[in-house]
Amino acid sequence: MPKIKIPRKSTNIDMTAMCDVAFLLLSFFILATQFKPAEALEVQTPTSVQTTVAEMKNVVMITIDKSGRVFYSLSDDLGAKDNNFKAEVIEAVNEAKNLNLTAQEKAMFSFPGYYIGVPFSQLKSALQKSPEQLAGMNLPGIPVTDTLNNELQVWMRATVDVMQGKTMNLLVKGDNESKYPTFKAVMDAFKKNELFKFKMVTNPEGVPPGSELAKKARAESH
Amino acid sequence: MAEMDTSSGGGHKKGPGVKKQKKLSTRVDLTPMVDLGFLLITFFIFTTTMSQPTSMQLFLPKDTDKPEEQNKLKESGALTLMLGKNNVVYYYEGQLLPDGSNFKTTGFKDVRNIILDKKRSTDPKDFMVVIKADNEATYKNTVDILDEMTINDVKRYALVDIAPVEVQLIRATEGADSRK
Repeated sequence: MPKIKIPRKSTNIDMTAMCDVAFLLLSFFILATQFKPAEALEVQTPTSVQTTVAEMKNVVMITIDKSGRVFYSLSDDLGAKDNNFKAEVIEAVNEAKNLNLTAQEKAMFSFPGYYIGVPFSQLKSALQKSPEQLAGMNLPGIPVTDTLNNELQVWMRATVDVMQGKTMNLLVKGDNESKYPTFKAVMDAFKKNELFKFKMVTNPEGVPPGSELAKKARAESH
Repeated sequence: MAEMDTSSGGGHKKGPGVKKQKKLSTRVDLTPMVDLGFLLITFFIFTTTMSQPTSMQLFLPKDTDKPEEQNKLKESGALTLMLGKNNVVYYYEGQLLPDGSNFKTTGFKDVRNIILDKKRSTDPKDFMVVIKADNEATYKNTVDILDEMTINDVKRYALVDIAPVEVQLIRATEGADSRK
């Protein structure tokens, strides 16, 4: 104990102001958080060291779930009222495969969040359901593994024809557990339609320390 | 210290025989609430920025049968990686020998060292990695291998079909391993 006692003053600080600021910041972040849209298809994508962010506009998305089922969907901005690419795609497919779809069924394809997960034989009945109903059903997926009848090729053909000239973001979102033959069949569908560039959706992963990539990143930042 | 004592308590015995004061302190210590507030803030700070999925670009070569358009591949500079079942990677350097003696097995952890060794011992313009996946390889294996290409700064790599002789070798190796 020190011999000389320093006269102490009261150290009571009124914490109200700090508390107010803390809750203001909290409310800001709660409101600024964007939740990921509830996906009808549960896909666990693999991780990758890539840093380019996946685009959200003009997206043609091919989803492969863990049992190898393939789903095709277009982003909602492609179904806009004045420039409805979705309507053109379904019309092209309708003509190519003689499906005799009604106007209402074609309109269902343009509905935001709609995705195709059935072979052409079941397409007419699938188009009578809304996306919420589709989520409950157990869809068989688009058949791709049969090389003679790769239905995804037809869908991609229609997409390429409709989107001529417009930059299209082709994304493949595959599950970790899906097998390589399905992925290969999806790539074949792309190759047959002269689509040689596509992106795969992944989760971000840190660059391993000491690796060549880390050295390159350090050299570039200096 | 003496000041704090008198202000926090409800009352003190001023002397013997004083009645106990019935007033209770209405001061609540708000420190834990502020702690939780900051904890929640940090949680939301981290979750808002990290939820964007990233994308990995892949270029496919055109399928040509004309030999002059196919990439000239110097055999000694090529490393072939084959993806099999259960995250196993098989590899060989250069051409596959008829007796399969240069067919080796490894896992994803060691494949980085193998790629780096081959890269260091080869001329940069001859070095190429050929990736072949059999029917039991998963999508995750494919993405991980392509990731390894980026991590190790491999400039030339190709994703091609697996040959039947390689499939046989893989099956034979799997059979031998399971019998061990």
